[in-house]
Amino acid sequence: MENATASLFRARLVPGLILAAFGLLPVLAGLIDDTFIVFFAIRVMIFAIAAVSLALILGFGAMVSFGHAAYIGLGAYTVGILAENGVWEFYVSLPATLVVCGLFALVTGAISLKTRGVYFIMITLAFGQMAYYTATSLSAYGGDDGLTMWGRTEIFGSSMLSDRMTFYYVVFAVLVAVWWLCRTMVNSRFGRVLQGARQSEMRLQAIGIDPYAYRLAAYVIAGMIAGVAGALLANAAEFVSPAYMSWHRSGELIFMVVLGGLGSFSGAILGASGYLVLEEVLSHVTENWRLIFGPFLILVVLYGRGGLLGLITGGKRDG
Amino acid sequence: MSATLLAVQTLNGLQLGILLFLIAAGLTLVFGVMDFINLAHGVQYMLGAYLAVAAYGVTGSFWTAMLLALAGSLVVGLALELVVFRHLYDRDHLDQVLATFGVILFLGEAVKVIWGSSPLSLPVPDLLSGSIPISDGLLYPVYRIALIVAGLLIAALLYVLVTHTRVGMLVRAGATNAPMVSALGVNIRRLFMVVFGFGAMLAGFAGIMAAPILAVEPGMGDNLLILAFVVIVIGGIGSIRGAFLAALIIGLVDTIGRSAATDIARLVLPPAAANDVGPAIASMLIYILMAAVLFFRPSGLFPARAG
Repeated sequence: MENATASLFRARLVPGLILAAFGLLPVLAGLIDDTFIVFFAIRVMIFAIAAVSLALILGFGAMVSFGHAAYIGLGAYTVGILAENGVWEFYVSLPATLVVCGLFALVTGAISLKTRGVYFIMITLAFGQMAYYTATSLSAYGGDDGLTMWGRTEIFGSSMLSDRMTFYYVVFAVLVAVWWLCRTMVNSRFGRVLQGARQSEMRLQAIGIDPYAYRLAAYVIAGMIAGVAGALLANAAEFVSPAYMSWHRSGELIFMVVLGGLGSFSGAILGASGYLVLEEVLSHVTENWRLIFGPFLILVVLYGRGGLLGLITGGKRDG
Repeated sequence: MSATLLAVQTLNGLQLGILLFLIAAGLTLVFGVMDFINLAHGVQYMLGAYLAVAAYGVTGSFWTAMLLALAGSLVVGLALELVVFRHLYDRDHLDQVLATFGVILFLGEAVKVIWGSSPLSLPVPDLLSGSIPISDGLLYPVYRIALIVAGLLIAALLYVLVTHTRVGMLVRAGATNAPMVSALGVNIRRLFMVVFGFGAMLAGFAGIMAAPILAVEPGMGDNLLILAFVVIVIGGIGSIRGAFLAALIIGLVDTIGRSAATDIARLVLPPAAANDVGPAIASMLIYILMAAVLFFRPSGLFPARAG
């Protein structure tokens, strides 16, 4: 019993520790005067936001979406294209991102969610590629080469996001907000229906609930959140590229969620951090880091049930 | 678009359709029989092309290179099955997707390490070099026509194999109800190895045939893999007939769409805008087609599994 209590305690502790780590990181980086760490952590947090949104549908709704990177790309392109046309204000670009990603998710989700299993994987992948190829053929906005933004999104005319620390804490605040939102949703009636549909669709239908609408709603929300991650990514890099939505990115996002531990949002954040740190370290060791990474991924799938979070908490999962 | 251009684009479309069919055939059988999603199938197509280039470098003969590359594709396919895929049959689709994604990362990078990132090419064999006139003043390469013919022959061979042999019967039965076939005393694992090895060879063959006309480069399988998925979704999982029909449809719609979209867009838009919008619409066409088919027939044109 003591073990179970201890692991439960650790499971509660993990989210707090992750938040504290990201919150304090710029201070520590400031002490050792390392700007790279701050840049890197911004990237980690942005992908963590996207991974959390994927964890919502993958971990709690059992929807294996292989086109999630498309929403990162759509969000980034919305911000980039608006900026190219002289619109920099966040109160235009943020709602625009949400609308664009929400609509794309609504249309493609309505079609894909009619299907199950392998079909769903292939169809989301195909729609993701559709977005990718459309971006590469946008010759007015850079096509294959991508689009450089000459600045960052403004907040009521102020270019405060250009300050590294301000931008860091804005991304941090978005991550915390998204995390809180997803946890709240999963623990609400909506979340219970979603998880119930994963366990037994028939039982839900028997008590008069049609899971399709709930799945679609979750799919749209996840798409919008990933779009926000894309908008932040465009600002962080001041560059927008079709590569953001390549299917390799979608695969990496799935891996982040699984690496961290399926069915947990702190797991998704841990997974995104673990993945990007590993990528960074391995790419310093060898240019051909994928030679090591590919087999590692296979081994994690075959033997690493529970992911990083399972490693820390001994298998217990939090929300 | 003139009639000659349409004729050429139709031939090009058939060619893409045939390549897609060769890739999709193996994929759809593996899906159908084992409910296994193999993302690495596109990498097997790429390996076929690279093995052919390497074998040609050693032997100097296209035909010997083709035989060696086919054997190589089979060996690589069976090795992958033995080392990785075999452990994934009982897992859910998520695990299968991720592990085969890992195989893609590894093999894609391995190809870069061995052969470099720059595109390679394979010369067209003497026997099939040159062009033939298909209408006044229009020449079409013999090799491309040979590719279409070879693909159609293989499709016919597959048809005979699947509908008129014992193995084919087991494959069809497996696609309809695999546990039942297993319960009737058929070694389903061995059946799957046969299907899998055959599929790997078909993908390798597609790569070999594509090598003289397309650039042999890392990532060449990615585009075709996703198109093959669209083909399978439209055709119905597990159905060779569906895959054949859908592959030709996708090949033709994509190729002709790309060459005609800008012209069509010009009818309703100013030229500058049409030049921007045309290609974007062209690249979306097949996905819109897929969405439309799914809307009316959620399990594809020829679903192998009832219900």
